[in-house]
Amino acid sequence: MLEHIPVLLILAPLLAAFLVTGLAWIQSAYCLPLALAGLLGSLLASIAALHQVMAQGALSYEMASWPPPVGIELRIDLFNSLVLVVVSAVSLINLVASWEFIKREFEDRKETFLALYLLFVTGLLGVTATADLFNLYVLLEITSLSAYALIAMGPSSRAPLASLHYVYLGVIGASFYLLGVGYLYIMTGSLNMGDIASLLPAIWSSQTVLVGFVFCLVGVWIKMAFFPMHIWLPNAYTYASMTASRVLAPLMTKVMVYVMIRLMLTVFGAQYIFRVLDLGPVIVWLAVLAIVAGAVMALVQRNLVKMLCYIIVSEIGYMVGGAWMGNQAGMTGSILHLINDALMTFAVFLAAGNFAFKLGELRLENLRDLFARMPLSSAGFVLAGMSIVGIPPTCGFFSKWYLISGGLQAGQHAYVAALLLSSLINAILFMRVVEYAYFGEVRTGHGHHGGHAHGGEMDEAPVAMVACLLLVVASLVLVGLYSESIVSGMIQPFLVRSFV
Amino acid sequence: MDPVVSVRPLLAVLVSLAVVPVLLSSGGRPNVREAWTILAGLIKFGLIVSLVPGVLAGREFSLTLFSFAPGADIALRVDGLGLVFALVASFLWMVTSLYSIGYMRGLAEHSQTRFYCFFAVALSSTIGAAFAANLLTLYLFYEILSLSTYPLVTHHQDEEARKSGRKYLAYILGTSIGLVLPAMILSYNVAGTLEFSQAGIFGAGISPAMATVLLLVFLFGFAKAAIVPLHAWLPAAMVAPTPVSALLHAVAVVKVGAFSIVRVMTGIFGFDLLGSFHLGYPVAIIASVTIILGSLIALSQDELKRRLAFSTVSQLSYIVLGVALLTPYGAMGGILHIVMHALGKITLFFCAGAIMVATGKKYISEMAGIGKRMPLTMGAFFVGSLSIIGLPPCGGFISKWYLALGTLQKQSPLLLGVILTSSFLNAVYFLPIVYKAFFHGPSGGKGAFSVTKEPLMCVVPLLLTAAGSVVLFFWPQLFIDLIEIGLR
Repeated sequence: MLEHIPVLLILAPLLAAFLVTGLAWIQSAYCLPLALAGLLGSLLASIAALHQVMAQGALSYEMASWPPPVGIELRIDLFNSLVLVVVSAVSLINLVASWEFIKREFEDRKETFLALYLLFVTGLLGVTATADLFNLYVLLEITSLSAYALIAMGPSSRAPLASLHYVYLGVIGASFYLLGVGYLYIMTGSLNMGDIASLLPAIWSSQTVLVGFVFCLVGVWIKMAFFPMHIWLPNAYTYASMTASRVLAPLMTKVMVYVMIRLMLTVFGAQYIFRVLDLGPVIVWLAVLAIVAGAVMALVQRNLVKMLCYIIVSEIGYMVGGAWMGNQAGMTGSILHLINDALMTFAVFLAAGNFAFKLGELRLENLRDLFARMPLSSAGFVLAGMSIVGIPPTCGFFSKWYLISGGLQAGQHAYVAALLLSSLINAILFMRVVEYAYFGEVRTGHGHHGGHAHGGEMDEAPVAMVACLLLVVASLVLVGLYSESIVSGMIQPFLVRSFV
Repeated sequence: MDPVVSVRPLLAVLVSLAVVPVLLSSGGRPNVREAWTILAGLIKFGLIVSLVPGVLAGREFSLTLFSFAPGADIALRVDGLGLVFALVASFLWMVTSLYSIGYMRGLAEHSQTRFYCFFAVALSSTIGAAFAANLLTLYLFYEILSLSTYPLVTHHQDEEARKSGRKYLAYILGTSIGLVLPAMILSYNVAGTLEFSQAGIFGAGISPAMATVLLLVFLFGFAKAAIVPLHAWLPAAMVAPTPVSALLHAVAVVKVGAFSIVRVMTGIFGFDLLGSFHLGYPVAIIASVTIILGSLIALSQDELKRRLAFSTVSQLSYIVLGVALLTPYGAMGGILHIVMHALGKITLFFCAGAIMVATGKKYISEMAGIGKRMPLTMGAFFVGSLSIIGLPPCGGFISKWYLALGTLQKQSPLLLGVILTSSFLNAVYFLPIVYKAFFHGPSGGKGAFSVTKEPLMCVVPLLLTAAGSVVLFFWPQLFIDLIEIGLR
């Protein structure tokens, strides 16, 4: 049983997705428990995997007992075990938090939503766990297709168009990636990551390998919304159902950052990426653009969710820049930020979802006096915002520390400046929300009570929504305070071979 | 130094944080709520006092909470300097809590529970900053202090308050993220540690140019110290209720800024390095400019709290100036000024608030003759003024005396001139207020003040702090000993 953990953590939600689809016809009341069971299964399996990896090193699983490089291999090491735990935890918590919301938004279609949700999570877990480049493509398309559908189901009339937009770009991204894998297959005759990694050094100078790499990279960049390939993201996540955005926004882009780092370090190797290719400085400059552009565009938004989306664009720049810095501090920061940003984004989207549950559309003006109505959700939002700004002891500070440190060591002062600038802009963004939500004009007397649409009475979101938010916010502080354990226990051992 | 692991510093930090949920739950019963605040203040002060004998006996209480990187843990350590600051801040918190009762109820302020909660959080971070063992921990508490003070600045929730709140965060957060954070990470990359030590952390591994840049970035980055030209947030923050201006913007917040600069100069660079790179003098000049400019601007302010704010801008730089002299007397005077100025200035702010509660007057030009109606208040105002000017029998004299000796040790008549000139300016902008209050009639004819008696809960605290100022003139020895231990 234990040796099947790597596959179980992917199969659990997949199986649940099929069963949910079938059950919907018979007894729809069982659908939610079943979905939760599937996701819980994934979470437990990924925690078990993490435990095993910490104790005895990477786990390798041969699908259907076909040995690699011919068969598909799942491989869980220090890096992706952490990502797997985050993905499965976020998707489980979101389902618990969003169920009331899903019921209200989708009514008779909620089982369809659940099935797509589970497929999306299956795909993400698969992308994270697989050690096969083509299998990664297949799972990526499972993820993307379910994401397109989830977005198109959104309540806004603009959702289908936003989804279509995403489809166009997503397909282009996937094609780039597939072409890149094709080139690599031509050159090496293999699709297994470890196998390719051992074959590549002999043909580092090949132009085909270079083109293959660049194609893969561009494909991944489109999928992770790296500026200026981000244009699909803000509309897609804003007009999708909040319940879908809450899981798409924290996970999709971050898993793609994972794929990028996996390609860089495991498939091509740090030696090739940082020594043979000399792309680092150029890509760091692209990251600088992404950081600044994302921050500036966030500043002009009047819609809260869209503002958060542009913050994601900016944060993607942090991670890409850190990964291409070419030193251990930058890469450590990038990986740590991947985890932290998933949690931070999740927390702000959970809070925004709670607001949306009560308020509907989240234009900044609608947030007036929100604190009086939803004190806990607002407090959670502010704390998550502090983490995004990078105030210690929240986790955002500690990954930023490594990113800045990497930038300083590499002499990339523009990157450091962009990071600081975007932190300051984030501070402005969140303080603006705080001003609306907390510090509106004081009402005197009782003339405004009753009959007023935005009265001061408390009207908090359902318990499950609030509890999940507070749980995630607490994790921001805990992960921050225990950054050292993550860095020295997992990230540095993983990086030790890459940066000598 | 004899290191001892102890949880008492942590408890002293956490007491006021732990009381926040209690305050929230007793929001409907103001008397219970304020009783809890004062109880927390007593416990906090008691815990901090209990550390004094140990520190005097040469022990250093320390506790590592979380490790982050070697030499950059989240850790507390109590030394003489931190203890001096913590004693003053926690003592004045109790007094201010009393005063807040009189002030906030007297003016029927809204959202009082929020006010007391964030006040408590601010005090936790102040003590945390005082007890920080390294720059990372100091930065952590510095940031929490900035954020917890914002709701207090914006308390009135009108356009002016929101604007001041924005200005406050733009200056304070802008500099701490934009300047201190990269400087701190750069220092860590160079030195491999951020642990404060008298010898400094850099050793021989830093060039004079880089040291200069880093020092200046830290100096301006800790904008809570209100060094010109980054002082404009302080007068703007006066829009907050007076207890906030009194404790936070004359003692806790601003002095965390000055204290951070002191820590960076004594614990990160170390006097030897600063001396060998001749970095003391430029810092002293920057501080001197702030001292003189702050005093000059204070002269022209008619709103009493704004005049006090510019006076604070000026006085804070005494602390920086003293340490920048890099002489034993100078450092003693600078750090002692944290204490002496705190008592004097909080008295003045308490008086300004009491006048506002009793008469609603904010402008100095309306205060002629007020001394006859509020003799105790204006008497205390006189004592506070003397302390700021640096005249006996008030504590301010002691710190200025040491500062003057420091300039003589440094053999710099210019800096001595700065201190004397500013003291003269202090007299010029404070004494006429007192004189007119007692010896002039009200400008609007007789009976312009409707006040019948002075608000008790405001007057008792301000008499306490005024008396404290005098007591410190006669018995400053405890603080002098602690600072000597801290600088050893």
